Amino acid sequence: MVKLFATVRRALVALPVAAIAIVAYAGSAGAVTVERVVSKGGIEAWFVRDTSVPLISVEFLFRGGAALEPQDKAGLANLTASLLDEGAGDLDSQAFQERLQNLSIQLHFDADYDTFGGSLKTLNRNRDEAVRLLRLALLQPRFDDAAIERMTGEIVAGIKRRASRPSYLAQRVWQQAVFPNHPYGRPITGSEQTLKNITPADLKGFVKSRLAKDRLLIGVSGDITAAELGQLLDDAFGGLPGKAAANTVPEAEPKALGYTFVLDREVPQSVAIFGLPGLKRDDPDFYAAYVMNHILGGGSFSSWLYEEVREKRGLAYSIYSYLQSRRGASYWMGSVATANAGMAKSVDLIRDQVQKMHDEGVSDEQLENAKLYLNGSFPLRFTSTEKIAAILLHIQFDNLGIDYLDRRTSLIDAVTKEDIARVAKRFLDPGKLTFAVVGQPDGLKGTAKAPDVGTL
Amino acid sequence: MMAVSIRIAAIAAGASLMLASAPVQAAVFNPESFTLENGLQVVVIPNHRTPVVNHTIYYRVGAIDEPPAKSGLAHFLEHLMFKGTDKLKPGEFSAIVARNGGQENAFTSQDYTGYYQTVAVDRLEKMMEIEANRMTGLVLTSEEIEPERNVVLEERGSRVENNPNGKLRELTNAALFMNHPYRIPIIGWEHEIRSLTREDMMTFYRDWYAPNNAILVLSGDVTVAKVRPLVEKYYGRIPARAVPARIDWREPPPTADRRVTLKHKQVQQATWSRRMIAPSYSTGPDKDTYALQVLAEILGGGSTSRLYRSLAVEQRTAASVGAWYDSGARGPGTFGFYGSPRAGHDVGEVEKLVEAEIAKLLEDGVTETEVSQAIQRLKDAAVFARDSIDAPSRIVGSALAIGRKIEDVESWPERIGEVTVDSVNKAARSLLIGKGGVVAILLPEETT
Repeated sequence: MVKLFATVRRALVALPVAAIAIVAYAGSAGAVTVERVVSKGGIEAWFVRDTSVPLISVEFLFRGGAALEPQDKAGLANLTASLLDEGAGDLDSQAFQERLQNLSIQLHFDADYDTFGGSLKTLNRNRDEAVRLLRLALLQPRFDDAAIERMTGEIVAGIKRRASRPSYLAQRVWQQAVFPNHPYGRPITGSEQTLKNITPADLKGFVKSRLAKDRLLIGVSGDITAAELGQLLDDAFGGLPGKAAANTVPEAEPKALGYTFVLDREVPQSVAIFGLPGLKRDDPDFYAAYVMNHILGGGSFSSWLYEEVREKRGLAYSIYSYLQSRRGASYWMGSVATANAGMAKSVDLIRDQVQKMHDEGVSDEQLENAKLYLNGSFPLRFTSTEKIAAILLHIQFDNLGIDYLDRRTSLIDAVTKEDIARVAKRFLDPGKLTFAVVGQPDGLKGTAKAPDVGTL
Repeated sequence: MMAVSIRIAAIAAGASLMLASAPVQAAVFNPESFTLENGLQVVVIPNHRTPVVNHTIYYRVGAIDEPPAKSGLAHFLEHLMFKGTDKLKPGEFSAIVARNGGQENAFTSQDYTGYYQTVAVDRLEKMMEIEANRMTGLVLTSEEIEPERNVVLEERGSRVENNPNGKLRELTNAALFMNHPYRIPIIGWEHEIRSLTREDMMTFYRDWYAPNNAILVLSGDVTVAKVRPLVEKYYGRIPARAVPARIDWREPPPTADRRVTLKHKQVQQATWSRRMIAPSYSTGPDKDTYALQVLAEILGGGSTSRLYRSLAVEQRTAASVGAWYDSGARGPGTFGFYGSPRAGHDVGEVEKLVEAEIAKLLEDGVTETEVSQAIQRLKDAAVFARDSIDAPSRIVGSALAIGRKIEDVESWPERIGEVTVDSVNKAARSLLIGKGGVVAILLPEETT
């Protein structure tokens, strides 16, 4: 087993800037040292210094995303994200974009259900201007009418483009059926109709009420010192308001459990999304569920679903499952695409494998192999500055602790067969499996009418 | 196990295509290379950030090397390479990679086929052992082939039959290339996938999979001193073998414009594109390939490009618009424009405005500022490419696989830096005046 992050070395690094506190953790192989940098202004970032290339990656997010927006203005967070780099301060859209382009500054914002995120990647040569543009985007976005109209047009075109994909429609059917009265049931993009309801005042209100220091998390990696980073944090984020408007995502009550939906589309290959309620990221059984999912349908070429559906029978090119943990709901989900003639068989096989996991759990060998993969492949997530910065961000978002990199191996190693059997019994109930199928699958009937996701 | 190729990438990915095919900063990757006695070329690209290595083997054989009426063979074989060998049971290869914490996949393009694992560097030796074994040890039975045939057909289902863009791409390539096998889809026509035999697979495998027809690329926490003994040990014992001469396919000069229109029930958002055959690194003229990369950046590189500024910002007609250029091919290159109308506009308006921009370009040429800014952006992209272990491997490996040299890759920024206003204008005129291209249009099916 590869133990890159096995032991902990703590060091307090003395720095010329007194207000920067650093706690350093290093693995035994010296692969990664995570530092907690707190700026003079009190902005915190988790940081891995990496001088291989003269650039930095900054990944950040604000807790709270599209799940907080009113239903009739669905798409507000996403539209805001598309507009923050479309003009700020004295720079109109083209002027702002020209600076980014000509200095090769990669600045992006994106909205998810529970987060509003951003990323900045820049060559050190242009770092000062990159930070200035990020600050402008966060503090003084313009929301000019022409830019709003243009980005709305692009988003609507994107919705229409995705609507031609059965896989997108299946995802929509599943979400809308399972979360009919919750923001998780609707698309992050909103619809053509809800986008029309969004005004410049809504966009400004979103920025003012949501993008605040008390919701901000930051991960950084690259060729910069901790002292320089402290200054950067104040320059980029120091002007944000201290507190965001109070908000909570309501807990989602999943519906339609055990249902099968078939949305008729004239395509030769059916696409299915399947899933059932799972467990939260902070559940004590999370690691057992994580290992269990890996064995059942995780990303390698040896999962049960891959073996039964693809390798033995050739019923699919792609089949996989994963755990999705959101603030207001968590679920176990998967996806498969099979020619119309074979989809009913794929559905049966998926049910069988879920049943088998529920009834029998896993073998010693399967568990051992899963641990070898999950621990052995972890270092592969540290091969670029943005990947490292993203991991630092997610560790914070999930409240895993700054020593998580050192603890992860033992958390996975601690999972036993009994843990997996328990967690499978607890939530992997085949009777709760909801299938959303798009296509014309032979011999597969819906148990209820599919929600209408085709009209935009 | 997938088929990837620049040539089958979606039109919508046009902007990122240039980066994907854009090679690399001079003396930045600093790859080192040596060749074994059996002809295997080995490239080591050091990056000591993390104790991880990407181990990729490229074979100089792709879809264009398939015999007539055997389309999809190279790709089907790529799938079957994950089955058994004389030493490994079916499925054991992937099980070993997974137990070693490795991630793996493979890709087939028109020009080459590649297999890779990314692993912690102390697991590299095992990867070499099993990869070297499947270079000559493949064992195929119909028990393995038949389910995999269905997998490939399902893959075709996802990429093409269920995907109007994929369908249009096949139709467009068949119209663009009159003679060159780039006209045939990498994944193959369905009826030919169905008819490929075990004998076809084994013949193709024995013909082409040989150390003297391969390039091994190691990118990550490695040095030549460390890996050379391992490479010798596992790959060095495989004897060289005569490999067939690859056909030097040529395309006759295009003489007419062609239009392909696909109306499809699934489509809600119309798209337009025009593409033409262009110089590649292989066909030349060499100078034009660099000038055209700068031209594509000026016309279609992002939100300040000429096309986006005109069609999306000023005219408010297009929801997306851009240009792409693919020079990294063993055969002809391609240059293209694409656009998608905003609600209330149609593809005819998009086409007219793109053509107006092209006319303006031919009339007035590009400016000094545009060229110098584009050059800087392209050079910067090469620095960003170093922030990864996969991208350098892909860039260097694919370049060598189409017949370029390491020096070509390393001197790319320098060559880009030599591009002038004059060379861009000349290359643009040579590409865009009087040559036939293919316009491809995707439309919703009319409803009554």
